[in-house]
Amino acid sequence: MHIGLTHFLVLSAAMFCMGVLCLLSRKNAIGLLMGIELIVNAANVNLVAFSHFFGNAVAGQVFALFGIVLAAVGVTVALAIVLALYRTFHKSIEVDSASTLRG
Amino acid sequence: MTYAVMFYALCALILVSSATVALSANIIYSAFSLLFAFIGVGLIYAMLSADFLAITQLMLYVGGILVLILFAVMLTYQIEDSKRSNQSFSRWLALPMAAGLFALLTAAVLLAPWKPHAGEPPFGPMTAEIGNSLLGPYRLPFEVVSVLLVVGVIGAVVVARKEIRER
Repeated sequence: MHIGLTHFLVLSAAMFCMGVLCLLSRKNAIGLLMGIELIVNAANVNLVAFSHFFGNAVAGQVFALFGIVLAAVGVTVALAIVLALYRTFHKSIEVDSASTLRG
Repeated sequence: MTYAVMFYALCALILVSSATVALSANIIYSAFSLLFAFIGVGLIYAMLSADFLAITQLMLYVGGILVLILFAVMLTYQIEDSKRSNQSFSRWLALPMAAGLFALLTAAVLLAPWKPHAGEPPFGPMTAEIGNSLLGPYRLPFEVVSVLLVVGVIGAVVVARKEIRER
């Protein structure tokens, strides 16, 4: 059985949709963060799969590397925000408890 | 043949664990199945001849990001209280939307006229090439990303510190 480019693309599409599902169905800020991580991972799988099946071009892997670094920075800042939320909104990190700006 | 078996095994691992991440009622279960999803993606990188990326995935995601997420979960939650720890809303609305998105993406992937290079794609070590291109054609993004890392760390410290008001 031959495993080609489309197999990897469908796998990453499935992973992306799991991430979107996580984002849509959660109120918990850390849960949302996990969904974002799934989405970033799916995008990286796409990049690496293209790089492999188009003649091992190094560009895809370099961009996946940059993607990993950006996800790391994002998680760092987002978790700091989560901790600040937890302190500010009475020990709750549900995202709809932070509604101070609502008119 | 072994390649196909490995691919489908990894598919099962990734899909089951990311479904658990998305749907589990307990946030601790979500965090730990995120671990297996990351490991599966790292092995997928290894199957795509991206050895350096596979190791980076293990070191950065499993060793760094996941530990950070677990830290935040433990810091912010009464874990026993799984009802509180992961309330979800409108799942019956979210599920068909995600399924529709998946159908759309799959149709696009299957219909697009990809023209990959003919023959078996080559396998080989990529670390030297990645290093050369990071300090060669990609040196500008490399430097910008290093600045971004510093900014991210400083920003995280500023946001997370306790504010002490002097009066």
